[in-house]
Parts: sequence; structure tokens; C-alpha cells
Amino acid sequence: MSARDDILGRIRSAIDRPAGTGAPPPPEYANRSLIPRRAQGGPAELTARFIEMATEAEISIGRVAESNAVGRSISDWLQTEGLPTRAVMSPDPGMDAYGWENAPGLEIRRGATDGSDAVSITPTVAGIAETGSIMVASGPGTPYTLNFLPETHIAIVHADRIVGGYEDAWARVRGNGETAAALPRTVTLITGPSRSSDIERTVTIGVHGPKRLRIVLVGEIESGDDGQKT
Amino acid sequence: MTGRPRVGLFATCLVDLYRPSVGFATASLLQKAGCDVDVPAAQVCCGQPAYNAGDRRNAAAIARQTIGLLENFDYVVAPSGSCAGMLRHHYPELLADDPEFAARARAVADRTWELVSFLTDVCRWSDIDARWPARVTYHDACSGLRELGIRDQPRQLLAKVDGLDLRELDAPDVCCGFGGTFCVKYPEVSGAMVDHKIDDIVATGAATVLSGDLGCLMNIAGRLSRRGESVEARHVAEVLAGTATGPAIGGGDTGKA
Amino acid sequence: MQQTSLEFSQNAARAQADADLQSALAKLQRDTRLARPVITGRLPEFEDLRDRAVAIKNHTLANLDHYLETLEANVIDAGGHVHWCNDAGDARETILQICSDAGAKTVGKGKSMVSEEIALNDYLIANGLDVVETDLGEYILQLRHETPSHVVMPAIHLKKEQIADTFREHHTMLDPARPLDAPRDMTEEARTRLREKFLSADVGITGANMLIAETGSIVVVTNEGNGDLTQTLPRVHIVIAAIEKVVPRIDDALSILRILARSATGQEITCYTTFATGPKRPDDLDGPEEFHLILLDNGRTKLLEGDFRDVLRCIRCGACQSACPVYGAVGGHAYGGVYGGPIGAVLTPALDGIDKAWPLPEASSFCGNCEAVCPMRIPLPGLMRRWRDIAHAQKLNKPGARRGLALWAWAAQRPVLYRLGARIALRVLRLLGRRRGFLRRVPLEGDWTFARDLPAPEGGTFVDRWRKENPGTTPS
Repeated sequence: MSARDDILGRIRSAIDRPAGTGAPPPPEYANRSLIPRRAQGGPAELTARFIEMATEAEISIGRVAESNAVGRSISDWLQTEGLPTRAVMSPDPGMDAYGWENAPGLEIRRGATDGSDAVSITPTVAGIAETGSIMVASGPGTPYTLNFLPETHIAIVHADRIVGGYEDAWARVRGNGETAAALPRTVTLITGPSRSSDIERTVTIGVHGPKRLRIVLVGEIESGDDGQKT
Repeated sequence: MTGRPRVGLFATCLVDLYRPSVGFATASLLQKAGCDVDVPAAQVCCGQPAYNAGDRRNAAAIARQTIGLLENFDYVVAPSGSCAGMLRHHYPELLADDPEFAARARAVADRTWELVSFLTDVCRWSDIDARWPARVTYHDACSGLRELGIRDQPRQLLAKVDGLDLRELDAPDVCCGFGGTFCVKYPEVSGAMVDHKIDDIVATGAATVLSGDLGCLMNIAGRLSRRGESVEARHVAEVLAGTATGPAIGGGDTGKA
Repeated sequence: MQQTSLEFSQNAARAQADADLQSALAKLQRDTRLARPVITGRLPEFEDLRDRAVAIKNHTLANLDHYLETLEANVIDAGGHVHWCNDAGDARETILQICSDAGAKTVGKGKSMVSEEIALNDYLIANGLDVVETDLGEYILQLRHETPSHVVMPAIHLKKEQIADTFREHHTMLDPARPLDAPRDMTEEARTRLREKFLSADVGITGANMLIAETGSIVVVTNEGNGDLTQTLPRVHIVIAAIEKVVPRIDDALSILRILARSATGQEITCYTTFATGPKRPDDLDGPEEFHLILLDNGRTKLLEGDFRDVLRCIRCGACQSACPVYGAVGGHAYGGVYGGPIGAVLTPALDGIDKAWPLPEASSFCGNCEAVCPMRIPLPGLMRRWRDIAHAQKLNKPGARRGLALWAWAAQRPVLYRLGARIALRVLRLLGRRRGFLRRVPLEGDWTFARDLPAPEGGTFVDRWRKENPGTTPS
């Protein structure tokens, strides 16, 4: 008898479910979702909430109307903050079209990082209004280390990919009935620069992960516009 | 139900032994609220000491005895959240497998109330006619608070006491360290807990601390005395009934035998 | 660590004499009390989410075999390995084997309470591995050879001066005169030191806050980012988790996440909430090459079968510890086991035996604050009382207390005798109290009067006096 057999055997005996019983019927609660109110709303409401919650989580946010203004926005911000104007960026082809040619002072290298880069620039899967979080996923074009090793992480969020709640963000990652192998190795919700309060419960920012998280929010939502954007 | 409800007053062992004036105050309030009050003489204790010590057998025996004593009243009222909680929540659980007593326990449980919440929530009565022109503070006894949801009711009634100035504790809902036999099994830990409570009480500037449970009050009064503090302790029933004319807890003999 | 639960009273006395610990605990209690209504108040759906979380976990536990098998199949599908381990010894050996097979020399560790249960670090170190805790609090404890005192805030018992001393003592390559007054200085120093370890570790071992059956994913939540660096940079990622950590679907995990951080630290969500599924994909630029999930029993199946099943809903948020006034008086170490506070009082007898841990469920006033704050609505006082039933049946508690209780219970079932005895006792106490009001010392009741005076009874029992004043009331 393997340990697997032992453990499953003890479980089955404890819960009175003989081997071969098969999948249980869906439980009652699974027929209802419980999405908090704060995870719901039209685009303008969700964008406003996303900005409010992210700011509370000590994420710095800059807004640009168009994608081709992103490069310049990042370059300006790094200079204003006195940070290095060299960054490592996700190789994902979607990152090409952010107007880097308008930011000549910004040196960009594409790839993963070994920790020697001070600044990273990455895309995001979504912005999540309920807690001001961004969702990032690993992949061939989105090395995971860019979210963690550099001191400054700059993440690009599109306003039309701001969703209300975690479930909505996950829906952008999964299609229908994918196998586990088809999922990204990591899907992460990031809500602020890294922090700890292990020393006398005093919050310190910048522990192992980044010391700064900057979001560049691309796209305008007209106020009063509650239509769904795709 | 026609006529005045018949209430079986379950005094609790601590009131019975240590502070009968609380029993009299309870009866007085119940009568003013329109109830006929009886005090079954064979009452002893709700059985918590045995129950909490892991002695279910004796706890169940005492429960059966108590149920037999109280089940012929319209209501059972106790001036204690922990004893009322024992009857309401734990008797049915304790006797769930007893073919004769399971239903009887549930029946008594449904009719058992802590005093203050009985007045406000069942009798819907708040005609307090009492005067206490001084600053008091209020300790929320744990069982009453967490098992029975008693928090607003005593404050509602105290607001009707003429001249009474209620100052809230910084932490009214933190345990005072009594916990029944806990305070004698772990005296140092309990001592630390009651010290925090007393620091809080003293900081309010109140002359009197009130609560709905005599166990808590004896614990607090005993520590106040040991620390030489002048703050007194009384049961909230005494102030509400206007019968708090005698000594406070530990204030000396009432002179009656 | 050495199991010292039987010495709870002595441990507690030492803890109460420790002024630094007392000030740390006072701050924890106060912060917790003030934060709670704010943080739960900000999410109106909080109570409903608690109910949902209870339903999710109860359903999972009632079908645990199915969900574990589903989890296993999906981990394998994603390219990972699953190892089932009955007990601590199995788990340690399995993990060591994985490390040996990988030719590992250094191991980075994310925070894992279950790894404390199995005493993993010492075992790996004894077998030649360099093991470094990467969570800041756990790193500090590792340097000090201490164990966590809280499941979420492991170094909560330490003052910053103690931590500074520890860093000076161990980080000998740095300038001894450097400033280490502020937490920020120490955090910066730890960041630099541990960054080297992250980058050089061959194996990363993490726990898991949840395991998701439908995708074979683990969920790890941190504020520091150490969980992510630990699992991503090394070649091998090992996850150790007890079997009750599984939930059926991603949506279930999301519901639980909404109440986890707010219960644990008073945050809306931790900085990093990572869903990891297996090793790196073929075209990934970073990530571990191997993924191993250790599914550990270590007493869980025993809890599943008995009266204690509800405790398997625990998500290790530590809210009960932060809310407990007894924990608040003595801290986590006094409990003498891996877990302290209310969860420790219920788990320790299960993990280490009631004969080794009976004082823990006794050391509670049953105030109920733990149950009130537990996001998973675990009836902790009721479970402690169940342990008291078992301890009583096994005659584990003090003989004097048992005899006193037995005598009292015997009398309580004989109301006439009880009343007679009460009248006598009252006379005696009044004599001792000399009508003064309080007794400073009472024979046989030394434990009450250790800390407080005993209010003297006030003359006659209530029942007797009522009957005198109201003749003709119910006779029996």
C-alpha cells in the first residue's frame, strides 16, 4: 500500500465515500455567485474605483490618452523621480506599439532579468477595480521575473481592460475547458509595491519585490459613459 | 397568552450565594414589566462548571434536573448572560441524544432569556424609574455579548436612569478574565486580563462599573479591592431597579441572615 | 522544536515577566481591535462571504478524496509531480530525496507553518543543505534560533532593538557602526542579504495557502514577494501543503481570498497573490524546471473522522490569535507547540496528543472572541470543550480539581443538601470576612485570592430569603 492509498483510504473511511463514488453533484452555493458590489459597475465607475484603490495601495498612476504616448510618459516619470532611464521590458510583441520612438532618452532591453535591471516595463492582463490590483501572467513574452526583481516596476494597464472583480480578470486568462498545462505557469494579482510589517508592525516598503509600482493607464473614459467597451 | 406571563426566576448560583440583592432587583424589574415571578426553590446551578470541565455526564444530569424545575413557566429569566446562554444554547446540544429530554431541553431553551434583553426584546418594556446621578461604565460580559447578542439593550435601559452618565470603556467587549474556573486554574493569566480591564475602568473616571454577570463583577470587584481602587461594582439590575441602596459588591454585610 | 505544552503555566509566567513581549502583545491587541470594524466594515458582503467560505470548505472536506485526486491529475497534466506523505518523517525524507536528486546545495524557503510542523529546516541542514528562510520575519527567527509565535506575523514578539542586535551579530561583513534604528534600515539590509540567496538557491520550498483542484494550481499570498522569488528563481520548486488546503475551483479560491487578508492582517488583499501551476512552460523565459507538490496528512485524516472536522476549515489567517485575550497575555511561545492561541489549543492535542497538550484547551476563558472573528466560523471554544471532555475522561487534569468538581456535582444533584451546604459555607465565609466585605485569603481558594479579594457573601441565600418574604411560592 502506498502512502497515497493509505491517505485516500483513511479519507474515504472518514467521510464515508467508497472508492469509485465519482464526482459529487455541484454544491448549492456554486449555483450563485457572490460578487461584491464594489466589483460591479459601468466603465467610468470601475475606472474611478481602480484608481482610488490602487492609489490607496501606494501604487503611483499616470494617465495617457493613447498608446503611443506611453513611452514618453514613462521616460518623463523616470526622469522626474530621479530614477535610471534604462529598463528591461517584456519581449511580448504587444509592447512594440507604445511610442518608444518618442522617448529617445529611454534605453530598453527586451528579455528576462537576473536582478541587475533597476526598472522593468510589463504589460498586464487586466486592472481589477475591487482592490486596485493588476493581474499579470507569465508566458514566453512575459517573463515573470520582471514583476519582482527590479526595484521599480512599471505596468501598462488599458482602461478598457479594467474589470470589476477577480473573476472577471480570470475570465480573460482562461477560455473554456482548458487543460492545466495550457494555463500560464503563474497568474498573479499585484496590489502595490512589496512591503512587510514584520518588525514591530511598522510597514516598510520595498522588501524583496519592487520598491515602487507605477501604472500607466492608457485610454480615456468619457464621464457618464456606461457603455461596455471591448 | 392572557394575563401576566409567569416567569421562573433562575437566580444563578453566584447571585443565590453571594448577592441576593441582584435576585430581588431582578424580580422587581420583572414585576414592573408585567410578569408574575416565581423562584423555584430547588434551583442550584445551570451546570456550567461541570460542562466546561469536560464532565458531560454530570452536566447533563444537572441540566435534566434544571429543565424539570423550569419547564412549566412561560419564560425563564436569569440575571446572567452566561447562565441564560447555557440554557439556551448548550442544554439542547448537551441533551441532543436524550430521547426524553432533547425536546424538553429545546422547549426550555426557547423560553429562556437573560434579564435585560428579556425586558427590552420580549416585554418591550423600558419604564425605568430609577435615579443614579453619577458616572458609570459598563463591561460587556462575553457570553451575553457573543452567545446572546446583548450589547445595545443594557445601554438602552441605562439611558433611562435619571442623571446617569455612562462612559464607555475603551474596550468594553474584551474578556475580564473570569471564565468560570479559568480564573482559579490560571490565576496569573486571569490576573493580567482583569488588570487590563481595571486600567480601562479607572481611565473612564467612573465611580461604578456595571455589568450583567455576577461572575465578571466579582472578579472585577475583587481585583479593584486588591489594587486599592475606589471604583465600585454593581450588577446592572440593581441600578435599573432603583434598589442599589445597599453596599456595592464586597461593600460589606447587608445585615440580613 | 521541543514540545512544552505541559509547562504552559510556567511558560506563561515567564512571558508575563517579559516586558518587551508584553508591550509587543499590547500593541498587537490594540491594533487588531481598532482595525477590525474598519476592515470588515469596508466589505458589506463580509458575513455572506464567511458563510460561502464555510460551505466551500465543508463541501470539499465531505468529498476530499475526489478533490485531491482531481488536483493530482491536474498537477501532473501541467508537468508537475505529486508526492503523498503520511507523516512528518515521510515528508522530510521525500523532500530531502528531491533535493538530492536535483544535486541541490542551497534551499530558499517561503513561509510555511506546515514545514514547522514537520521540523523540516533542521532535518535538511543536518543532511548537509544550506537552508535560508526568505520571509523577513522567519529570516530573523532563523538567525535567532527561534520559532514563529504567530501564524502570520512570526516575529511579532520581538522588538526592533532585538532584531538590530541579531543583524549586527550575524551580518558580520557589514560595518558594525551602521545605523539600524529604523525598521527601514533593517529591511533594506535583509533585502540585500536575501537577494543573494534567492538568486543562488537550487531549490525553493513554499507552502500554499490553497490548492485548486480544477486546475492543479497552488495559491501563495505574501506581501514581501518572497514566495514568488522562492518559487521562480531556483530550478526546483517544492510545495508542501496539508491535505485540507484543497478547494474545488478557482472561483472558490477567489471567494476565500476576499476574507483571508482582511482577517489576517487587516488588508484588503496582500501585495502578491499568486496562482502557480506546475513548472515553467516550454517557451517560458524563467521559472522552475521541476515542480513537486507534497500532500501531507500528519493527523488530518484523524481530524476528518471525528468531532474535530470543523478545524480543517482553518486557512491559517491568525485572526483568532490576534483576537485572543489569553494569547494577548502570554504570546504564542507559551503554548509550547507549533501553534499557539485558540487554533493551537485545538490543533496541538491533535498533532502531539492530548496527554502532552491538555493544559492548552484548559487555558481559555471561553470568551468566544476567536469564534467571532474566525473567517471560517470554526467553533473554537466548542472544540476546546470537546478536548476537555476527552481530557476529563482520561483523567489528565489535576486530581484536586477533579475531586472538587465531583463533590460539587454530586451536591448539585441533591438540592436540599446543596442548600444546606451553602448555608454553612456562607456562615463560615461571613465569619472569615468579619463583615468587612472582602476576604483577602480564603482557605482552599488560594487560586482566587492569589490575584484578587473575594467578595464576602451578603447573608442568606437568595432562594431562602425569597421564600421567607414570599411564602407560598413554588415548593420545589
